[in-house]
Amino acid sequence: MEILQQTPLCSRHRDLKALMAPFGGWDMPIQYEGIIAEHAWCRSQAALFDICHMGEFLFQGDFEAGGLEDVFTFSVKTIPPGRSRYGFLLNEQGGIIDDLIVFRLAGDKVMIVVNAATADNDFTVIGSRLRGGEFTNITTATGKLDIQGPLAREVLVEAFGGQIAAIPYFKFISMDILGVEAIVSRTGYTGELGYEIFLPAGKTAELWDLLLKDRRVKPAGLGARDVLRLEVGYSLYGSDIDEATTPLEAGLEGFVNFDKQFVGREALLKQKDGGAARQKIAFQVSGRRSPRHHYEIFSGQQQVGSVTSGVFSPMLACGVGIGFVSAGDYPVGAPLTISHERVSMEATVCELPFFKDGSLRS
Amino acid sequence: MAAMYFSKEHEWVNVDGGKGKVGISDHAAHELGDVTFVELPRVGATVKQFGLLGSIESVKAASDIYAPVSGKVVAVNSALDVTPELVNESAEEAAWMAEIEIADAAELQNLMTREQYDAYLKTL
Repeated sequence: MEILQQTPLCSRHRDLKALMAPFGGWDMPIQYEGIIAEHAWCRSQAALFDICHMGEFLFQGDFEAGGLEDVFTFSVKTIPPGRSRYGFLLNEQGGIIDDLIVFRLAGDKVMIVVNAATADNDFTVIGSRLRGGEFTNITTATGKLDIQGPLAREVLVEAFGGQIAAIPYFKFISMDILGVEAIVSRTGYTGELGYEIFLPAGKTAELWDLLLKDRRVKPAGLGARDVLRLEVGYSLYGSDIDEATTPLEAGLEGFVNFDKQFVGREALLKQKDGGAARQKIAFQVSGRRSPRHHYEIFSGQQQVGSVTSGVFSPMLACGVGIGFVSAGDYPVGAPLTISHERVSMEATVCELPFFKDGSLRS
Repeated sequence: MAAMYFSKEHEWVNVDGGKGKVGISDHAAHELGDVTFVELPRVGATVKQFGLLGSIESVKAASDIYAPVSGKVVAVNSALDVTPELVNESAEEAAWMAEIEIADAAELQNLMTREQYDAYLKTL
């Protein structure tokens, strides 16, 4: 039997009558008021998410001598302090063990933020590839709240001061919040202007309460978060990408730096040469039906692949999805049929993101 | 005088004369969460008790809807095509899905009264 971990906000969620469910080994809030209402609030105001389940690791030492420089698909040493970078931890075959973000805290120090379900394995794999330095898992000691939405900046500035207003996209600052040192990072998973705040776990509930006192802020659960991320085309680890999928197949080559060493590089170069056997596509359904994980994708009479993520998009008022198909030519506008048992829906290939008008870079 | 009966699959039929409007219960709507799509039957279609009537999708799940009585579909609530969220607002009234000309009133004995249905929900 698996014992679910609880975030420091568990009793808050229960007081708010959240629908709770297991996610990545944690007991997490799926929804409070309702997924559609929470999604709309995030797109128009500011939504607050408990993201304490995600994993955080610290590495301190020489990035090259310690081996960290060769662990990910991107260079760690070239991240300027105060900036973060997204990329992958791969296996020898080029499959994605996890997607993650590295925050350059100081000249010799980074924080690595990983998915919840993969955190323990990531820690083992990264640790096995290091030759030195100090590597620690700070997941349970670290709280993480995401505040996302067009009003997120003014809410935080009013609460904690003007230095937050100056943080550009994919930059962060360390600052005092509630008497402790916190990291405020201009990153997120919604396509909206927003921040991820890392602070000691024991202070998370106090920050949660403080932010929810602001009438522009409402809590949102993982249900809304999934709709938000899919509308802007972000991959979900475990659904869209996994150990059997390479960044090339997933259309994420932009986060792979072939000019440096990393585990999986040889396999990816080989795949680049020979061409990947499958590729990711995005599609829009004509109508309100939702494509769902594992639904089949047809081009004409031929099944060419299957759906990895699908949802009804409230912004587009139709079903949208992403999936993997055997390599081929799928120009924007090409017709597809998505089916499963007696459900069948017409769809057309489209570009990502589905929803393009978020406040992300405002 | 109309009378409402419920199935174990959480559909209801509100019988009025020889016809009955059908839909899903408030409990089912709440369990589904935000409804995003309702597949209605064709007007003129013949349905069997506990046979497929249509389907309903929410952000969380897709479910089939079964006919609580046998008969012919004489009307559908096409408001649900554009405002499926009506199911969350008023599952047992405004969000009726189809009107069925009841083929055999004896089938109502296979359904539950509201009191029986409420008791049934407590056992789930």
